[in-house]
Amino acid sequence: MAKKKRPVVELNDAVIKFVGDSGDGMQLSGNMFSDVAALVGNDLATFPDFPAEIRAPQNTIEGVSGFQVHMGNSKIFTTGDLVDVLVAMNPASLRANLKWAKKGATIVTDTDAYDEKTIEKAGYKNNPLTDDSLADYNVIKAPMTALTKESLKGTGIDNKTAERSKNMFALGILYYIFNRDLSTSFHYFEEKFKKKPELIKINKIVLQAGYNFADTIETIESVIQVAPAVMEKGRYRNITGNTATAWGLMAASEKSGRPLFLGSYPITPATEILMELAKHKSLGTKVFQAEDEIAGICSAIGASYTGSLACTTTSGPGLSLKSEAIGLAVMTELPLVIVDVQRGGPSTGLPTKSEQSDLYQALFGRNGECPVIVLAASTAENCFYYAYEAAKLALEHMTPVILLTDGYLGFGSTLFKIPKMADMPSINPPIAKPNDPDYRPYKRNPETLVRQWALPGTEGLRHRLGGLEKADITGSVSTDPLNHQKMVNFRAGKVEKVADFIPEQPIDGHPQGELLVVSWGGTYGAVHSAVNQLQNEGKPISHAHFHHIMPLPKNTEKVLKGFKKIVVCELNSGQFVNFLRMKFPMPNFCQFNKVQGLPFMISELIEKFNQLLEEK
Amino acid sequence: MDFVNMTVERSNIQLTKADFESDQMVKWCPGCGAHAILAAVERVFPKIGYRKENFCMVSGIGCSSRFPYYVNTYGIHGIHGRAAAISTGVKIANPRLSVWMATGDGDSLAIGGNHFIHVIRRNVDINILLFNNQIYGLTKGQYSPTTPMGKITKTSPQGTIEHPFTVGELVMGAQGTFFARVPDNNINLMTEAMFEAARHDGTSVIEIMQNCIIFADKAHGDVIGKENKEETMLVVKNGEPMVFGKNHEKGIMLRDTRLEVVEIGKKGITIDDILIHDQFNQDPGIHLMLAKLAPPQFPMVFGVIRSAMFPTYDDLVEGQIKYAKETSKIRNMDDLLNSGDTWEI
Repeated sequence: MAKKKRPVVELNDAVIKFVGDSGDGMQLSGNMFSDVAALVGNDLATFPDFPAEIRAPQNTIEGVSGFQVHMGNSKIFTTGDLVDVLVAMNPASLRANLKWAKKGATIVTDTDAYDEKTIEKAGYKNNPLTDDSLADYNVIKAPMTALTKESLKGTGIDNKTAERSKNMFALGILYYIFNRDLSTSFHYFEEKFKKKPELIKINKIVLQAGYNFADTIETIESVIQVAPAVMEKGRYRNITGNTATAWGLMAASEKSGRPLFLGSYPITPATEILMELAKHKSLGTKVFQAEDEIAGICSAIGASYTGSLACTTTSGPGLSLKSEAIGLAVMTELPLVIVDVQRGGPSTGLPTKSEQSDLYQALFGRNGECPVIVLAASTAENCFYYAYEAAKLALEHMTPVILLTDGYLGFGSTLFKIPKMADMPSINPPIAKPNDPDYRPYKRNPETLVRQWALPGTEGLRHRLGGLEKADITGSVSTDPLNHQKMVNFRAGKVEKVADFIPEQPIDGHPQGELLVVSWGGTYGAVHSAVNQLQNEGKPISHAHFHHIMPLPKNTEKVLKGFKKIVVCELNSGQFVNFLRMKFPMPNFCQFNKVQGLPFMISELIEKFNQLLEEK
Repeated sequence: MDFVNMTVERSNIQLTKADFESDQMVKWCPGCGAHAILAAVERVFPKIGYRKENFCMVSGIGCSSRFPYYVNTYGIHGIHGRAAAISTGVKIANPRLSVWMATGDGDSLAIGGNHFIHVIRRNVDINILLFNNQIYGLTKGQYSPTTPMGKITKTSPQGTIEHPFTVGELVMGAQGTFFARVPDNNINLMTEAMFEAARHDGTSVIEIMQNCIIFADKAHGDVIGKENKEETMLVVKNGEPMVFGKNHEKGIMLRDTRLEVVEIGKKGITIDDILIHDQFNQDPGIHLMLAKLAPPQFPMVFGVIRSAMFPTYDDLVEGQIKYAKETSKIRNMDDLLNSGDTWEI
C-alpha cells in the first residue's frame, strides 16, 4: 500500500476508548485492537463499559457501550484515567465520553451518524462537528457508514450487513494511527469465520478500507508508536478477571484432586465465571445452573459434603440470598468457595458498575457468630491466584471462603503470564481414612482447629452433619451452653489461625513515614500508580494493599503503626477503614471514599494524598 | 449420547435393620407417624441391598427433617426448604450414592417449593419422602400449604382461606416421573413404595400421609383410619384392576374423559370394565387424574401411581462429561492455560 511518510511520535503509553451504540460492535473492535497490542509486546489493561440493558434505545446516551484499552511500554496498572484517542460512532457516544478525553486528544467519529435526529437524541443543541465545541481536539471526521458501503460495492453484500461492519472501518483507522499491521486481524477473521468465508472477505475489505482512508486524509499529522514493554520472560495471554477466577478454581481442583463443582445462578457481573466453567467439562468440571442463588450455594454444600471442591459465584444481591446457607457451611465446617463479583448496591443498584461495598456483608452478613475467610483479588490476572488460594484455604481449613472481586476486575483484562501447574502450591485437604477408629466428625487438629473430611461412600465413617449446634468431638446435636461457647470459639479460632498460613502484609515503600496509603481489592492499579508517582517525587508515602482481609496478615498492626497518618481508599463509604478501626483502635485513620460506580482516578488520589501530606 | 453406568455399589453381605439404627435418641412425640416411617426406612434399606456407606440422607427443617440423625447413614440436616438443592448437589457430585431426602409439607411445598419443583423437573435421581401432616409441627401448629381450606389452626383462627396443594398434582405438573402415596399406618405399603422408589431412576416422590398427633391429629383419619379405609382408599398395583371396597366390589372406570366409581356386577359392569393400572405409562394423564381423586366422591389413591422412564439429570451430566473427555483436546490445566492466543516474551 502507498503509505505516506508521516512522523512517528513515541509514547510511553496510550489510552484508547471505542464507544458507540450497544449494537455497534465496539467490544469486538476494542478486543481486536488489544490483541494486536498484546502481540506486539505492549503491556495492557482493558475494560468494557456497557449499559445494563442489552439494546437500549439507539442513539441515546443510555445506549452507549464502550471498551477502553490502556497499553504501554512498561507495566500497566490501570485502564487509564483519560483517553488519548476516542473512537465515537455516534453523537450520543461522543457526548457521553468527551469528558474522559484529554485536551488535544484525537477523536475519530462517523460523520454519517450525525443528523438532526441523532444530534437531538444525544442532547446536543448544535452539531458538535460544526460548531466550535471540539476545537481543543484533533477530530478525524470519517464518513464511515458511506465508505464502508462503498468499499463493499460489487461484493453482493446487502446494505444492512455492510453497515454493521463499520466497526472494522473504525478499527482500520486506529491501526493506521498506531502504526499496526493488519495481518493479525486478517488471521483472526480467517479463524473466527472459518465456516462463513464471505464474512472473512467483508471484514478484510472494510478493515483495509479504514486503514487506507486514514492513510490518505490530511488530518492525521503523525502516527503513534508505543514500544513493546520490557516484561518478565515467559508465555503470555490476555485474560479477564472472571475467566481468571474460573481457571483458578479449576487449577485448584486439579492440584487437590478434588473434583470441581459449581452451583450457581446467572447474575451480572459474575455470570462469565459460570459460563466459562460450563465450557470445561473435559476437565471433569460439574456445573449446575440452579433455579436460584440459594439452590446454587446449597447444591455446592451438598457437593462439598461428598468431597468436591465446591463453589458458588455471585454478586452482592446473590450473596444476600446465600447468607443463611453460608451459615450452614460454617456450622458443618465444610469447604466452600463463594465468589462475589461486587457491583454497585444496595438492592439491584448499578449492576454493570463496580463498587467495593459488599465488604461488610462478606465479613458480617450472617446470623450468629459466623466467621469466614475473606480474600480480595486486585487485578484481572491475580483473580487466578486468589481463586486458587481461596480454594486451597477452604479445602485445607474446612471452611467457607468468600473471594471478593468486582465488576471492574471481572470484565477487565490484563496480560497473564501463564503459570505451570507443577509450580502451583500443593493443596492437601484433611480427608479421613477409611475405617479410622479415631475418626470423630468434630475432632480437630489441635494446631489448626480443623476437623477431618469424611467422604460419603467411605467405609467406617458414617456420620451426620447439620445446621444444629454440634457437640464437640462427637458431632451429636447439642444445646449444652458451655459446648456452644466452646464451638463458637473453635469456629472463630479456626479462621484466626489461618493467619499462620498466609503471607505477611507487604509495604510498597519505606516501612515508616508520614503517610501510609491502604487499599484492598480492585483499586490496586490506581492507588499503586498514584503512590508511585509521589514516591518518585520523593514524598514520604508508602502503600499497603490488602488481599487478605479475614484474617488480616499477622503483621498488620505493625505495618499501620509505622506511619503518622493512614488513609484508607475504598470504593464504598468506609467499610475497610472501619474494620481496621475496630481491630486496631488508633486515632490516625483517614479515609478517601468514592461511591459512584466508577474506579478511582489516579489524579484524584494524588490530589488527596498531597493534601494529607501538606496538612500538619 | 452414551449413558454412563453410575450404579450404586451393592453390599456383599446381607445387611439388617441393625446396620441402620443410629445411637441418637429419637425425639419425635410418642404416637407421631414419623416413627413408623423410620421403621419402614430401616426395614427397606437392607432390602435395597446397597453398601450401607452408599446411602446419604438429606433433609431440610421441621419435624420430618430430624430424620438423618436417626438413621445410621451419611447424612446432612440442612436448612429450611433447601433439602432438594442440597440433595441435587450430593447426587451430581457423587452419582454412586443413593440419596434419600426427608422433608415435610412446609419444608418442600412452602419455603422450598422452588427447589421441589425444579429437582422434579430435572429428574435428579433422588428419593423424596414427603411427610404430609398438613401442619407446621415444629413451630407448634400453623397451617401449611396442604392444610385443607377452612381448617382452624393457630394462624387461621377463623379457618384458612388458602387452596391447598395436592402433592401428586404438583409433582406431575413439574413433570415428575415417580409418584407414590402411602399412609403412615401401613408399614408394608410404605416399604414397598420405598423399594420401588429406590429402583426408579429419577426423582421419586413418596407422599406419606403422616399423622401429627399434637397439632393435626387424625388429619388423614377420614381417609386412612381403620374404620372406613376399605371405602376411602384405593391401593393401586401395576397391571391390576383398580378395585376397592370391603368386598372388592367397587372399581374405577374411565368413561369418556373422566374417571368414575362403579360397582362391579351392577348395571352390566364387569371386572373387565375396570381400569388396569399402568404405572410405567409415560403419559401422565391417567396418573394425574388418579392423584387428584379424593373422598367423598372417590377413594384416595395409594401405592405407586406413576413410575415412568426418562433420562435422569445426573446420567446426562456424566454423559456430557464423558463425551467432552473423549473429544476435547484440553486434557488438563496446562493444556487449557496454553490454549488459544498465547505468545512468548
